[in-house]
Amino acid sequence: MNLAKKIVDDFVSNDVSFITTVPCKQLASVIDEVENNDSIYHIPANKEDEGIGLCAGAFMGGKRPAIIMQNTAIGVTINTLVTLTQFYRMPLPMLISYRGELGEPVACQVEMAVHTKALLAQLNIPTYHFHRSDDVEEFDRILKYTFMANKPVAILTDATFWGGY
Amino acid sequence: MRRADILREVAPLLREHLTVCNIGIPSQELHAIDDQPSNFYMLGTMGLASSIGLGLALAQEKTVIVIDGDGSVLTNLGTLPTIANNEAPNFVLMIVDNGSYGSTGDQPTYTGKRTSLAGIAKASGCENVIECEAKDVPEQLAAAVAARRMTILVAKCESGNEKMPVITMDPVAIRDRFMSAVRA
Repeated sequence: MNLAKKIVDDFVSNDVSFITTVPCKQLASVIDEVENNDSIYHIPANKEDEGIGLCAGAFMGGKRPAIIMQNTAIGVTINTLVTLTQFYRMPLPMLISYRGELGEPVACQVEMAVHTKALLAQLNIPTYHFHRSDDVEEFDRILKYTFMANKPVAILTDATFWGGY
Repeated sequence: MRRADILREVAPLLREHLTVCNIGIPSQELHAIDDQPSNFYMLGTMGLASSIGLGLALAQEKTVIVIDGDGSVLTNLGTLPTIANNEAPNFVLMIVDNGSYGSTGDQPTYTGKRTSLAGIAKASGCENVIECEAKDVPEQLAAAVAARRMTILVAKCESGNEKMPVITMDPVAIRDRFMSAVRA
């Protein structure tokens, strides 16, 4: 299965038309699909909190937004998630590469991996963890859930899900 | 002239468009001077007014005016390359540059020293960058809106705040009211 294509097809079928990205090697194929999809405005951000600001504006302008980023970004977006996305009650699917899990070659990535789920839980952000490639089948329903609930929702995708590095 | 004096001067123009206003005293001053459904007040999240405004401008066609500050732009400098590379003709970023962090006690920022936000905006690739004195802001802002060209307006003014009440509106009410104005 082409995971990146399935994910972007689900974004499109759920009317997600504004996507901001901060690069990750593990997410490169999704970012390419987003860039090449005519029904999505792709706006690379220089930092993830900036990206969440862009998404807030796009949502108020009538578009369904999403952000694609690494789990290290949880560390730099907590204030924005709490005082903007949650405080004003806005939906935001966050497709996140879960670096620092099984297969990870870079030790430093583990240091944020061990905090990732705890931080998301502390923020009361609904969190899904894609580990097997079949887990992608839930992505469509997670998007519908996100826009129903008007909340930020995290989808962690680890190296096993992507088939290694 | 201080920030509040500029806001009083441009309020009649802002009322005609969508306005995204920076956190803290700027939002308190605009709210007290001319509260409008078309104003989005930031109650938190320093630095993201320009990002919210750009996302809004890219998502729909109405003119978006962002009231930002020098301190807030300095905290989110990555916004200027993003603005420059995602052209939105309906986007005007007005940076009230008073050389100080007004909401936290007027500590000096670097723009009151050696740093030029207009210079950074130009180097970031923004094509229409105007730096002007406070007294010229109404004319420059009106021209930027009328031209429908993405513009960065750096408004140099004196530091200092006016004593205005804290905004007690519920954030969801602010957002819902604003989104109705966007759709109107």
